[in-house]
Amino acid sequence: MSIAETTSKPGLSISGLNISFRNKDGWTSVVRNLGFDIAPGETVAIVGESGSGKSVTALSVLGLLPQQATRIEGSIRLGDKELLSLSPKDLKALRGNEIAMIFQEPMTSLNPTMCIGEQIAESIIAHRGISKAEAKLEAIRLMEKVHIPSAARRYGEYPHQFSGGMRQRVMIAIALACKPALLIADEPTTALDVTIQAQVLNLIKELQEEEGMAVLFITHDMGVVAEVADRMVVMYRGDVVEEGTTTEIFANARHPYTKALLSAVPQLGSMSGSNDPQPFAIYDINTGLATDAAVLKSTVDMSEILLEVKDLSVRFPVQQTIFGKVTARVHAVENVSLTLARGETLAIVGESGSGKSTTGKLVTGLLHPTAGKVEICGKPMRSDTRQSLSRSVQMIFQDPFSSLNPRLTVGRAITEPLRIHKLATETQRDEIAASLLTRVGLSPNIAKRYPHEFSGGQRQRICVARTLALKPSVIIADEAVSALDVSVKAQVVNLLLELQQEMQLGFIFISHDMAVVERISHRVAVMYLGEIVEIGPRAAIFSNPVHPYTRRLIEAVPVPDPSRRRDRHKITDSEIRSPVRAGDYVVPTRTYREVSPGHLVQEVGPEWAA
Amino acid sequence: MTGTFSKFKSDQIPAYLLALLLIVSLLAPVLPLQDPLLMDTASRFAGPSAQHLFGQDEFGRDILVRLIFAIRNSLIVAFAAAVLAGIFGTALGVLAGYSRGLTEMLAMRFIDIVLCFPPLLLAMLAVTLYGPGPVTLIPVLAIVFVPSFTRVAHASVLSVRSQDYVEAVRSMGASNARVMFSTILPNIAGPLIVQFSFTVAVTVVLESGLSFLGLGVLPPAPSLGLMIGTGRATLAQAPMLLVWPCAALTAMILILNAFCDDLRDRLDPKSSKIRGQ
Repeated sequence: MSIAETTSKPGLSISGLNISFRNKDGWTSVVRNLGFDIAPGETVAIVGESGSGKSVTALSVLGLLPQQATRIEGSIRLGDKELLSLSPKDLKALRGNEIAMIFQEPMTSLNPTMCIGEQIAESIIAHRGISKAEAKLEAIRLMEKVHIPSAARRYGEYPHQFSGGMRQRVMIAIALACKPALLIADEPTTALDVTIQAQVLNLIKELQEEEGMAVLFITHDMGVVAEVADRMVVMYRGDVVEEGTTTEIFANARHPYTKALLSAVPQLGSMSGSNDPQPFAIYDINTGLATDAAVLKSTVDMSEILLEVKDLSVRFPVQQTIFGKVTARVHAVENVSLTLARGETLAIVGESGSGKSTTGKLVTGLLHPTAGKVEICGKPMRSDTRQSLSRSVQMIFQDPFSSLNPRLTVGRAITEPLRIHKLATETQRDEIAASLLTRVGLSPNIAKRYPHEFSGGQRQRICVARTLALKPSVIIADEAVSALDVSVKAQVVNLLLELQQEMQLGFIFISHDMAVVERISHRVAVMYLGEIVEIGPRAAIFSNPVHPYTRRLIEAVPVPDPSRRRDRHKITDSEIRSPVRAGDYVVPTRTYREVSPGHLVQEVGPEWAA
Repeated sequence: MTGTFSKFKSDQIPAYLLALLLIVSLLAPVLPLQDPLLMDTASRFAGPSAQHLFGQDEFGRDILVRLIFAIRNSLIVAFAAAVLAGIFGTALGVLAGYSRGLTEMLAMRFIDIVLCFPPLLLAMLAVTLYGPGPVTLIPVLAIVFVPSFTRVAHASVLSVRSQDYVEAVRSMGASNARVMFSTILPNIAGPLIVQFSFTVAVTVVLESGLSFLGLGVLPPAPSLGLMIGTGRATLAQAPMLLVWPCAALTAMILILNAFCDDLRDRLDPKSSKIRGQ
């Protein structure tokens, strides 16, 4: 803070901001009477779910909203400049120079045909007008500043050679090129893995201290808010419902919506002492009253094994010589063994490239293993048995917007599995669709409508209904709640738990979100580079993580409690390694050690020696 | 949906015009029209009259009737060729895009070979070998346009097959044929329909070109290309003999393109038109 006070950078001050969009029927108000200040060196977070107006606010500060279709009233001041009355030309000069922005998608916000260094240098030249050679030196200095290892060598590399986390660092370097007074970060870590998220948040904080800039942080993740923000503004459908210091709001939220939002945030460690999953308490957004979560009875029936996976491996060749000799392979899944009992939820956790989704696809028979076997209810999954076994294994996908065929009505989509297996008559199918829709909490009247008319949460419920049509015994949920808003996420998790109670379903819950996993699972398998490094009862894994990777994963989860902010110096800048290996790579023989009953840990290999 | 067709809308004009074209061409043999081949050498190059609205040509035949029959011949050849090309081309493209590997390699390389031949050259080659007339013209034009359908289908399948809903149907245990034809095909219909419209329009032009060169429809049967060819010779005496078939050809292609453009918008469930907004 002391550095910030000595610099003369201006702060941001917004007051009485109203934004409306023009549509066919006139003007729709999207932000109403918003006001807050950010002092230099301070971080303010705008929190809200989709449609709350948080991103629109950020764009209005940058003057990036379409002029013809938007009406902005109020005042946005940066220092003593009134941004709303600036000409487009002045605004353009301001953007990048005094206000910089980083976006959610580091994959698409860089130009793929230009090398990384030049993209940074381009921005420096555009704003400071220095020579190319100077700009190059400055760009390398910035790359070092955002902790890109061997910056001088990576100057000439292209975006596709950088991982997601590294690209976000490049974006930050570009944003910082002109030492802006205000940095707007719009969900900068949402698309990143949890360990990388921790590193990027850390980096933003560190740079803020050095530069003394104001940061406007836009996010839906309460954990991230608790981690970075000094003050927060909670928005709900265009209105500010609560505002104050982060500590104050987390300790004593007054508005029902804030309470609902906070209660829906899974807290890591809130489940110690219980072995079974626990539904979320659902708050009513209007009244603020909580419906207490039902206490669940145990559903696990160890006598019936639904799914058995033995020594499963799958490798894909990525590089071949012209003679067909494979010189590089992705070892996507390597010697994975696991079992799932009736009524049990096994969570598979890991980061990108860990092979967790591939494992899910192998279990459903969508991919064929290179080695090993999958047995569903005692029957082996092979290409000739896949069709009949698919009745017992169903899958829920991550993105509810792409997992429903846009050309099928909801009713048809739900009964599609029945059609594929030629079950039930047309009238029976309609009845089944109606009852399944009711079962997942939707109105049976929507069966005639198309998926694009529904929100993400509703679509995910439709997907759940579809998986239930064949009365399966195992459901693979591949990041099924990751794309949903927090409050919707809580509802869908509760729905899955209810269904498990009712039908004794076995779930394979694939996720990177440790906090949700803690809520929902009986057992947890941690995957890293295609291998299971630790597997065991959920309580054991979370209370006593043994493998260094599991520990790193749990430590990286943002804690939604500002008083328990992490010691930032602990976070290392390590990248997630790639599962691509040379063609002659020999898979090391792994041995597992039993820490406690059912809790197995891979013997730590030499690569973890720190 | 019910309200969409009850009210007249300007964007439906191409649909009405195309319907008119199709009805007139289909019913041409039964309509009370003159014989398009009936000559009346006494009134060669006669101007418009009550009996002959567009006048008469160099043999005294009724120009309007000949135009109608020429359009009919053009559309029959064009639609037949486009439908054949569409069916085979799409099937090949979907198969190649969905199965990948060797099938894809063989199918796409075959397409590349066909693409190596300029369409007009290929058509001329076949016509020289098998003689002119619609029976050679239709299969030849179909082969010429198979690659464009295959390419469009292949490219669209590649983007659609990576969508989760395709994966979802597969995980439900659907057979490959079902995934390809009841899940993927409806979702790539948009670009294919546009391709179909384009093919019909281009086939009309190509057919006219071949007829113009004397390799397509044989005289005395009426054809727009033939009419343009003979009209050229008498340009100084009767310019309208050239203008009418040219105008008919242009109008036909414009109508086809406008109609198919509109159709694509309507077929997309996300488009606002279907919701009647």
